[in-house]
Amino acid sequence: MWKKLCILLPLLAPLSIEAADGKLIATPGVSQIEGAAGGGLVPWAQLAGYASRDEIAVNAFASRGSVDDYSLDVFGAQLNLYDRLELSIAEQEFKVDALNLNIRQRVLGSKLRLYGDIVYSRWPQLSVGLQYKQLDDALVANLLGAEDDSGTDYYIAASKLHLGAIGGLNWLWNVTGRYTEANQIGLLGFGADGEGYEWMLEASTAVLFGRHLAVGVEYRQKPDNLGPKEQDWKSAFVAWMPNKYVNLTAGYIDLGEIAGSDDQDGLYFSIMGTF
Amino acid sequence: MRLLFTVILAASLSLSGCAGTQQKTLYDKLGGEAGVDKIVTHLVQNIGRDQQVFHYFAEANVKRFKKHLAWHLCDISDGPCDYTGDSMKQIHDGMQINERDFNHLVDLLIDAMYKADVSHRVQNQLLARLVPLRQDIIYR
Repeated sequence: MWKKLCILLPLLAPLSIEAADGKLIATPGVSQIEGAAGGGLVPWAQLAGYASRDEIAVNAFASRGSVDDYSLDVFGAQLNLYDRLELSIAEQEFKVDALNLNIRQRVLGSKLRLYGDIVYSRWPQLSVGLQYKQLDDALVANLLGAEDDSGTDYYIAASKLHLGAIGGLNWLWNVTGRYTEANQIGLLGFGADGEGYEWMLEASTAVLFGRHLAVGVEYRQKPDNLGPKEQDWKSAFVAWMPNKYVNLTAGYIDLGEIAGSDDQDGLYFSIMGTF
Repeated sequence: MRLLFTVILAASLSLSGCAGTQQKTLYDKLGGEAGVDKIVTHLVQNIGRDQQVFHYFAEANVKRFKKHLAWHLCDISDGPCDYTGDSMKQIHDGMQINERDFNHLVDLLIDAMYKADVSHRVQNQLLARLVPLRQDIIYR
């Protein structure tokens, strides 16, 4: 994964001459595990990078989450067109230690900003998005009883940053509704016999300590379609944005039960470059 | 996890509690007339050195601009002033300021507030007061 990033970064470097910087630092958030701008687990209403209505932003990110019996590596990129449309790609590699097996999934995403600006508009910024997910190999999904090896999530997200709201500190919240039939975000396939699409609630909140540091928590409700139990995901994170070109996120993740192994918790790290 | 959330929430509540007990106006927290003048002076210096937005101000009368900006900031931060100068709409009509340049100017203002020793929290409170003005400033 790091090798891929090293190859990609120099290709993007020439674009940084006209780097988009038309947003307050830290307000666009970071990358979430399916490639959208968000907070790590949850896609937010913001589009990735610092592009204003007059600019284009290109971003790349790499993330790793490790829990007791599994780990997930994600590598991806986003294109933000004029703070209106976000196109994203994410390559996920889910390692199942016990079976010495890797499950790969590609996620193609798009997000359309319908209304507002997280900082400036009177009402929260509102966006709709979709994430098309395709498993590389459906073996595990089929064994567990999933119906499909590809599927699409649809979501609507509202987000607002309140300047100086908490003792003078900036406070951000985001609420997302996701219509999905993905099992464990798609890594274990889509749907199951007698199970279909459902609305899931996701939420995030963060406080910004200074211009460069955000501390927050996230919650992601999940469906429970398969025989092995699936539980809601939670995280607590710290994100550091030293400048508008790079951000680093570290967090604690609690993923509950995954494919028969319970109490899966551990650490999450992510790095994102924006141009 | 739950502990962390509780700590964040408790910290948030105690911070807002502190702010609530203060009687000082935002103008006082900015340092009154001297403080606002300092912010304005640093902002004008920042604009003067800035290639991206300087052209919007090239024709402006610097002395008048500083006076009116300080007057406006005094009013908006609950200071002892009543701004009766041109409205934001009147000033910015025809200037075609885009979102990128507006947000860049906000960055210059934040930098000016740092240079004028305005604390991060007071900076945010002033920015919150200025936010509603944006719609009268950009793309006009």
